Amino acid sequence: MKQLKWLSYPYIFWMILFIIVPLILVFIFSFTTGDIRLNGDFQFSIENFQRFFDPLYLKVLGKSVNLALKSTIICLLLGYPMAMIISRENIKKRNVMILLFVVPMWMNFLLRTYAWMTLLGKNGVLNFLIKKLGFTPLNFIYNDNAVLLGMVYNFLPFMVLPIYSVLIKMDRSLIEAAEDLGANKVKVFLKIIFPLSLPGVVSGFTMVFMPALSTFVISRLLGGGQYMLIGNLIEQQFLWTGDWHFGSAISIIMMAFILIGMAITSKFDKEKEGGGLW
Amino acid sequence: MKRSIKYVLLILLIAIIGTVFTGCKKDTDTLNVYNWGDYIAPEVIEEFEKEYGIKVNYSTFDTNEDMYVKVKSGGNSYDVLFPSDYIIEKMIKEDMLLKLDMNNIPNYKNIDEKFKNLDFDPDNEYSVPYMWGTLGIIYNKNAVTDKIDSWDALWNEKYSGQILMLNSQRDSIAISLKRLGYSMNSTDKDELEKAKEELIKQKPLVYAYVGDEVKDLMIGEEADIGVVWSGDAVYMMGENENLDYVVPKEGSNLWFDNMVIPSTSKHKKEAELFINFMCRPDIALKNTEYIGYSTPNKETFKLLSEEMKNNDVAYPKAESLKNCEIFNDLGEFTKEYSRIWTEILAQ
Repeated sequence: MKQLKWLSYPYIFWMILFIIVPLILVFIFSFTTGDIRLNGDFQFSIENFQRFFDPLYLKVLGKSVNLALKSTIICLLLGYPMAMIISRENIKKRNVMILLFVVPMWMNFLLRTYAWMTLLGKNGVLNFLIKKLGFTPLNFIYNDNAVLLGMVYNFLPFMVLPIYSVLIKMDRSLIEAAEDLGANKVKVFLKIIFPLSLPGVVSGFTMVFMPALSTFVISRLLGGGQYMLIGNLIEQQFLWTGDWHFGSAISIIMMAFILIGMAITSKFDKEKEGGGLW
Repeated sequence: MKRSIKYVLLILLIAIIGTVFTGCKKDTDTLNVYNWGDYIAPEVIEEFEKEYGIKVNYSTFDTNEDMYVKVKSGGNSYDVLFPSDYIIEKMIKEDMLLKLDMNNIPNYKNIDEKFKNLDFDPDNEYSVPYMWGTLGIIYNKNAVTDKIDSWDALWNEKYSGQILMLNSQRDSIAISLKRLGYSMNSTDKDELEKAKEELIKQKPLVYAYVGDEVKDLMIGEEADIGVVWSGDAVYMMGENENLDYVVPKEGSNLWFDNMVIPSTSKHKKEAELFINFMCRPDIALKNTEYIGYSTPNKETFKLLSEEMKNNDVAYPKAESLKNCEIFNDLGEFTKEYSRIWTEILAQ
């Protein structure tokens, strides 16, 4: 294997050019102010970070973390049983079910979110059915729950797949042994299955939490722009205010949050068994 | 065997790097045009390429600020830009634009005098008008029975849950300022504070803060009343005849998108050729018909259908524009607007 090391060079080159360099740029921008083209105007400063620790922006951060956590927990509650059901099936059925889970992801994420808009809209498909049944139409779209729904819908596969990949690798003889020794189903799950699947849960947790924290499209399309999340704040700084320094600082803060989240969760994942997708 | 793979990979790598950097090759026969998304008739670019043998690299932006920072940060050399009024003012201030040689743009004479020498470019040295329009209220005549002639309609509790606002900080704050009788270029903290409070008061009534989705939402009658630009209104009224558009009596935003050449351009001659081409009556007509916004080109205006010429939405009478204002560059104060907008949305 050692001789094949050079095979990774193209990727390393790619990574440096498109991941490392941009990250360094974001970092530089976050710690400076002024115009990069004018000498003397471009200066080191921590003003951008100080600006962020204002109750106003902290409130935005709090709301984002809150929504991201909620959607991650819902994904876990929905995804875990799903992963278990799939992993119990025979291999043929299993592959079909996993395929069904993955196929919607082949379609563009934006398109799927737009589809929800036509489903939930005031004159949308759901309200059309409700009216047909003789009830008064409801307000589905442009609120917290619509944003939550969009997040859960889009990120659920990222929770199911890592848990599933840990579950199918699990040594079934352990479960049989526990059952032989008289443990009931609940006990087997709590003492054997769940602890062993923890690495998958952890990696699922991070993989849902990260995009949920940084999303700005879902909150704009399904939240009707009324919900400023941290992703929207960054977008606003780059696209509408033209303040790349502050925008970069917020991005760095958000990255710090994700890193802290990952550090905490990786404590549970000592064996690094989490079926990674990324 | 391994060695040969190594060579293949090496060649592949060089090829990739090669293709990445050919974009930087100096080429007098290309022109880099940077315009708003969906803001030109597609066939116009091809016609220009065919007629002059110059290849056009066409790319698009979504907001003025995005375009501004990209041009400012360098690293790309655009030749023709299509910014709006206040950004042109800012770019002139910061020495980012080249003076145009109007001898190379003879079609400039086609531009209506009333669109020349506007405040943001007082002697019209840097820019040539491309499109113009207003900001106003669009409403569904079946649902809204009151006479709509004021921004107050957007604060009317009767239309709670039916109101669409723009998710653009400058425009939404401008509406609130105008409604209170202030200038939409205000940099007075008290005035802005009041405008902010009004927008916070309005928030529970608002159905959504939207961008381009406003078109689908109004046409599909998902909402009854909203804020749009005149060109979009023309399109929407064509799709749904229940819709009507009005410029409120308190006044509104009158805007212009002009063509300019940034100082980093290496193809000034070709860029002027392109601007001249865009002012040719038949070409401007194609763009006007495709985009739906109002043309500042008087020769093109003559070519429009009678129906369009008398369209009050696209070509409003002078009296309905009397309270309208053109945006000024706010400089560092933009940050204050951004903060206010965050405060409103974070409620």
